[in-house]
Amino acid sequence: MAGYILRRFGAAVLVLFAISVLVFLIFFATPGVDPAARIAGKNADPATLAQVRASFGFDKPLPVQYALMMKHLFISHDLTSFVNRGTLVIPQIVEAVPVTLSLVVGAAVIWMVLGVGMGTLAGAMRGTLVDPLVMLLGVFGVSLPVYWLGEVVNLVTQKELHDSVFSWVPPLGYAPLSEGVGQWALHLLFPWLTLALLYAGIYARLLRGELINALNEDYVRTARAKGLSERRILVKHALRCSLIPIVSLFGLDFGALVGGAALLTEVVFGLPGVGKLTYQALQNLDLPVIMGTVLYAAFFVVLANAVVDVLYARLDPRVRRA
Amino acid sequence: MPEPLLEVSDLRIRFGGFTAVDGLSFSVRPGEVLGVVGESGSGKSVSMLGVLGLIRTPGAEISGKVVFRGRDLLALKNAEMRAVRGREIAMIFQDPMTALTPVYTIGWQIAEQIRAHEKISKRAARDRAVALLGEVGIPSPEQRVDSYPHEFSGGMRQRAVIAMALSCNPALLIADEPTTALDVTTQAQILDLMRRLRADHGSAVVMITHDMGVVSEIADEVLVMYGGRAVERGSRRQVFHTPRHPYTWGLLDSVPRVRGARARRLPTIPGTPGAAGRGCPFADRCAHSFAACAEVPPLTGESGHLDACWLPEEKRTR
Repeated sequence: MAGYILRRFGAAVLVLFAISVLVFLIFFATPGVDPAARIAGKNADPATLAQVRASFGFDKPLPVQYALMMKHLFISHDLTSFVNRGTLVIPQIVEAVPVTLSLVVGAAVIWMVLGVGMGTLAGAMRGTLVDPLVMLLGVFGVSLPVYWLGEVVNLVTQKELHDSVFSWVPPLGYAPLSEGVGQWALHLLFPWLTLALLYAGIYARLLRGELINALNEDYVRTARAKGLSERRILVKHALRCSLIPIVSLFGLDFGALVGGAALLTEVVFGLPGVGKLTYQALQNLDLPVIMGTVLYAAFFVVLANAVVDVLYARLDPRVRRA
Repeated sequence: MPEPLLEVSDLRIRFGGFTAVDGLSFSVRPGEVLGVVGESGSGKSVSMLGVLGLIRTPGAEISGKVVFRGRDLLALKNAEMRAVRGREIAMIFQDPMTALTPVYTIGWQIAEQIRAHEKISKRAARDRAVALLGEVGIPSPEQRVDSYPHEFSGGMRQRAVIAMALSCNPALLIADEPTTALDVTTQAQILDLMRRLRADHGSAVVMITHDMGVVSEIADEVLVMYGGRAVERGSRRQVFHTPRHPYTWGLLDSVPRVRGARARRLPTIPGTPGAAGRGCPFADRCAHSFAACAEVPPLTGESGHLDACWLPEEKRTR
């Protein structure tokens, strides 16, 4: 097991290196594009252009350029946004990460509890009215787009009913944990629920299908023949095996969301997270920031993948040898 | 004659409009091996699942009486039935590759069954699992107890499944084609093992199979099923030496012979299995059918050798 973990994380480091090279090549070696002009932004003056050229080593060969870029990113942390008049990129990302992590971790807890609960209920109660009702609820969650649902939630909690039922809802934005757990959670409550609803629906449907398959497996019949209780059969045998694909999907979704896929939720609820940072950078074509966030996103997706594979091996003994 | 351990009378199992088991009656005495033979679809597996209350299909109707040690199993509550399953009656299924939960070790799964029925520490349950694995012929059981099912071969897995079934010393072991999914040499080993275990544990065995060879090796009594009904019942000697039902003749004829003249083609029973709508279920495939076969023949006979056929005595030669 320890060897497996080591190998898996070794592979993750290699993948990260490959991604960084690829990202670098896309931004700096696309034929027919002058990267200096892109980085300096529209209508940059010649002095800025010259400064960019010198700082990124555009007169030197590509490997040196790559090394310089990585130095700016990881060693001196002084990658500068020229569009935004000299703002440093790395501190922006570092500031945005806790916001995104808070949003995604909270939402993930909610959607896993809801999704596993609903999926198990529907799968175990198949053939009764509970199953279609729960699944209808799931479809409802899946079919509400975050940007629309978020706006509706804001309309109701911030405007229409803010003077009566929802007077306890704080204004949009983020309150760091240093202001107290209560304020932090209160600010994030509706973003959490909004983001979790979609995933809870997807996970509930997926788990229900897996569970129904598992309950038809021979090993469940064996478990019944052993004289185990239905609850034990459901939890220890059927659910345990059904959770394996759920865990792998969870890792991918979680990685992608932390990497910036929670963008819509962050924008709608005014949370200054990585997604919102990327969104602004894309609007201004702020190349250094885009590069920084892309690499950051890649890091989380690859890390989440590695963690999932290790968890997977923990859950399913059949893959440990692979 | 000792009191029967299991007495099934007039068991009927229906799924919607389809009758899978139609008035089946048989009994098993303590320590006896009953071989239940028949083609696929003859109702042999489903009747045993019915006995154990393992039919979960919505809309299945089960009626009749299944008396085990003086209690009617069909009338028991779920919790009472759970106490019988696995402890007093254990079941082994056909495919050992899928019968074990893939994510737990063999030892864990055996200990789980022991601990479901007995108040015993984890440690003691594990020790018993090791002893059981050793008993069914798994080499170095102290190590293999922590193996996962996928690390075992098919024959080893079936041994583990048998060890699990025997873990609470059941009075009755129902084995549903336990050797069908295994290769021939492994089959012989598993049959040997079952014979030896029966001698050691004294469990009665119901062996479901479509393989006449397996029955001739292990059974004391034989029950031949067709279309959800018993068509012939008797001791192994009676059924193999003086078979009375045309279906049994067909089954015995379709076993290749090692000695004597070799048939040019192995005889088969024409047609496909499936109960005829009325009358004798075998009538539309039977070479001897005549007018009387429009009525269902009763299971009758002398000195424990029963058959359900209208054919007069002088024509009972194949």
